[in-house]
Amino acid sequence: MANMSLVKNKMPHQDADARIKNFDEVALGYTEEQAVDEANRCLGCKHKPCVGGCPVAIDIPGFIGKIKERDFEGAYEIISKSSSLPAVCGRVCPQETQCESKCVRGVKGEPVAIGRLERFVADWHMKNSKDKPAAPEKNGHRAAVIGAGPAGLACAGDLAKMGYDVTVFEALHLAGGVLVYGIPQFRLPKEIVQREIDNLKALGVKIETNSVIGKSLSVDELFEMGFEAVFIGTGAGLPRFMNIPGENLKGVYSANEFLTRVNLMKAYREDSDTPILRAKNVAVVGGGNVAMDAARSAKRLGAENVYIVYRRGEAEMPARLEEIEHAKEEGIIFKTLTNPVEIIGDEHKFVKALKCVEMELGEPDESGRRSPVVKSGSEFLLQTECVIMSIGTSPNPLIRNTTNGLETNKHGCFIADEDGRTSREGVFAGGDAVTGAATVILAMGAGRQAAKAMDEYIRSKSR
Amino acid sequence: MYEILRKKELNPTVTLMDVYAPMTARKAQPGQFIILRVDEQGERIPLTIADFDREKGTVTIIFQIVGATTEKLSKLNEGDRLCDFVGPLGVASHTEGLKKVAVIGGGVGCAIAYPIAKKLHAQGAEVHSVVGFRNKELVILEDEFKKSSTKLFVMTDDGSYGEKGLVTNKLKELIESGEKYDEVIAIGPLVMMKFVSLLTKEYNIKTVVSMNPIMIDGTGMCGGCRLTVGGKTKFACVDGPDFDGHEVDFDEAIERSNMYKDFEHKRHEETCRLFQKVN
Ligand SMILES: Cc1cc2nc3c(=O)[nH]c(=O)nc-3n(C[C@H](O)[C@H](O)[C@H](O)COP(=O)(O)OP(=O)(O)OC[C@H]3O[C@@H](n4cnc5c(N)ncnc54)[C@H](O)[C@@H]3O)c2cc1C
Ligand SMILES: Cc1cc2nc3c(=O)[nH]c(=O)nc-3n(C[C@H](O)[C@H](O)[C@H](O)COP(=O)(O)OP(=O)(O)OC[C@H]3O[C@@H](n4cnc5c(N)ncnc54)[C@H](O)[C@@H]3O)c2cc1C
Ligand code: SF4
Ligand code: SF4
Ligand code: FES
Repeated sequence: MANMSLVKNKMPHQDADARIKNFDEVALGYTEEQAVDEANRCLGCKHKPCVGGCPVAIDIPGFIGKIKERDFEGAYEIISKSSSLPAVCGRVCPQETQCESKCVRGVKGEPVAIGRLERFVADWHMKNSKDKPAAPEKNGHRAAVIGAGPAGLACAGDLAKMGYDVTVFEALHLAGGVLVYGIPQFRLPKEIVQREIDNLKALGVKIETNSVIGKSLSVDELFEMGFEAVFIGTGAGLPRFMNIPGENLKGVYSANEFLTRVNLMKAYREDSDTPILRAKNVAVVGGGNVAMDAARSAKRLGAENVYIVYRRGEAEMPARLEEIEHAKEEGIIFKTLTNPVEIIGDEHKFVKALKCVEMELGEPDESGRRSPVVKSGSEFLLQTECVIMSIGTSPNPLIRNTTNGLETNKHGCFIADEDGRTSREGVFAGGDAVTGAATVILAMGAGRQAAKAMDEYIRSKSR
Repeated sequence: MYEILRKKELNPTVTLMDVYAPMTARKAQPGQFIILRVDEQGERIPLTIADFDREKGTVTIIFQIVGATTEKLSKLNEGDRLCDFVGPLGVASHTEGLKKVAVIGGGVGCAIAYPIAKKLHAQGAEVHSVVGFRNKELVILEDEFKKSSTKLFVMTDDGSYGEKGLVTNKLKELIESGEKYDEVIAIGPLVMMKFVSLLTKEYNIKTVVSMNPIMIDGTGMCGGCRLTVGGKTKFACVDGPDFDGHEVDFDEAIERSNMYKDFEHKRHEETCRLFQKVN
């Protein structure tokens, strides 16, 4: 029975009042009934417009059709053909600009809740299917993956399934990349990421943590060690600062540092040895997912007033709609069209205020966005003891500086074709390291694409 | 992995350990550091590579007990394993072409200065080492320095050993007596490095200091280790830890290093209490 409701099934949530006091997941996931009911809103369009909006072209009507039949495992199998991280992407994809933006049901009313259904299927599978993937038969060839973020993990998984002996080298003590050090527990429980990593290990993938390529080992040494192809999925982790006065005062963090302390080092827990500043007033500069995550984490650490300071308008914010909504429900205060010009410290060099100016939108710039200009005489002080800079990141130069023959662009991103081939034979790259900060699904897709190309490359060499 | 193969208490608060970490040992250079975690709840802390043995695959660390993590670390014994150990990180110290150098070490900073003195000595440079401690009890690595220095001066604040006075007094004396150094390398507490740099600036002698800000990842990802050097922001973990002492904003670095003082103090007391309960 088609469900002609104009709105999505509501996602069960933890109440805003309760959730700002814990780090547990906010969105609780559909029940089987809700999932089937939502699936019935899908019209199973023959021309599948939604699929064109998904960067990895998941057969959306296909898997939703299986949900309608209550064949949840069947739905999982369909998604698995295109995505190796559905539990993650179902939670964090910016669906409103991707698959759901193309859904015909969205013309009048809300689109089908594709992301929520994807999450439901992946969670159902995790809960109900106990069998670990079996290690495939080895083909006798070796490949190395640098960086254990979504790009690296997806690449490693596919290579392992093809029979390669794969080793992932990760700089930190834990695999997962941004999924473990950046995106907070309340949006993406770390158990989910761990489960994906356990599956990779079951496939026979070796993960060497505490290995900084460019320091402990070089790309050339990986080849000397007998790896026949190398994938670089090192992300874009280098934080940017604004270069305004006062940025080195105590209480100024990059979002990376703040979130790493909270997520990776678990500074929100009493038993963690890693310190974090618990300020009463916190200002987060920026308007992306990273800024929302930092703001909502600060709130959970006990801040009374958390501000998002963003120089454009709310409509221009790059964050996912859901994150902006959740942040507002949690009482985060939005100061849009506001730009910081100086951070002011007290006599002990701790932050005490953020000096800002108001902005107004001018003519559209080359990116088509109306760029903000300063309103004269609008300077004001925002009282705050902590400032979190969340204005973007760029790729880490460690590998670029220690590897010959690898071309990068002016932003420091590796240059690679659609299959991930770089300017150096046998070296492939993908994810944020190539595109600059982007999305999990794009990184995952790039990792899988490169796995195919690496397989072709190794086979052509060994013929 | 990361088994502690040797442990030696150098003085009541400074401990030496050889840790089995072949990947790090293979590449280690004087001036570089590692980051370790003692256990699953542990903080990531940076420690300098004090020595290494590529054949045995070991890295030597020498650390002072100052807080919770170093306290926990000091309680581990030979045969215990560390949860994580990553390196070598940072840029190696530049020693090429140096013919005559004054190496200044303060307290546990001597552990960081020693491998550099050793390397300079091995490459045939004239090395004048000036090492300072608060008192006799705290003197470390004296024999090691003796072997790696053309001249060695041990200073104590209270005169209980060696000569009484600060390392800066001795350095000034040496410079005034006509010693011409290509470079001064100073490693120790921030205040010491600051005053050495102020002194050498007067005489226009190039000075390299080894900065030790609070770090997390050590790969350039968090920016927590940033310093102002020559008016520009630098990340100590990837751009350093060695910097030109005449360019470093020491006052800012000193302020930043006490950001978490209260938390650290509390955590250290808790850890000490925990160990008292166990023992
Ligand atoms: C706070 C935050 C929130 C986000 N929210 C969303 C969201 O809601 N939805 C979404 O789609 N995207 C989101 N993103 C973006 C998304 O997480 C990234 O686009 C994605 O993780 C990129 O994957 P990657 O594999 O390319 O790199 P990363 O996830 O960055 O992983 C790179 C890995 O490589 C390791 N590495 C780096 N250098 C080396 C080296 N030299 N040697 C060994 N290992 C190395 C790093 O430690 C890291 O583990 C968010 C990002 C952040 C920071
Ligand atoms: C590149 C580098 C190399 C280092 N090499 C050595 C070494 O070889 N031997 C050694 O004993 N120490 C070294 N340090 C300092 C060492 O990292 C700190 O002593 C350690 O992090 C303290 O941890 P804790 O939990 O025991 O103490 P905490 O509780 O974290 O701190 C206790 C006290 O130490 C100060 N402190 C905290 N972190 C640092 C830090 N990173 N540097 C200086 N003071 C700090 C605090 O302000 C506080 O007063 C190095 C630091 C860096 C950045
Ligand atoms: S992976 Fe992302 S874009 Fe693709 S269908 Fe799922 S939620 Fe939509
Ligand atoms: S466009 Fe919407 S209704 Fe049509 S198949 Fe895709 S999800 Fe279903
Ligand atoms: S320690 Fe994180 S950037 Fe240096």
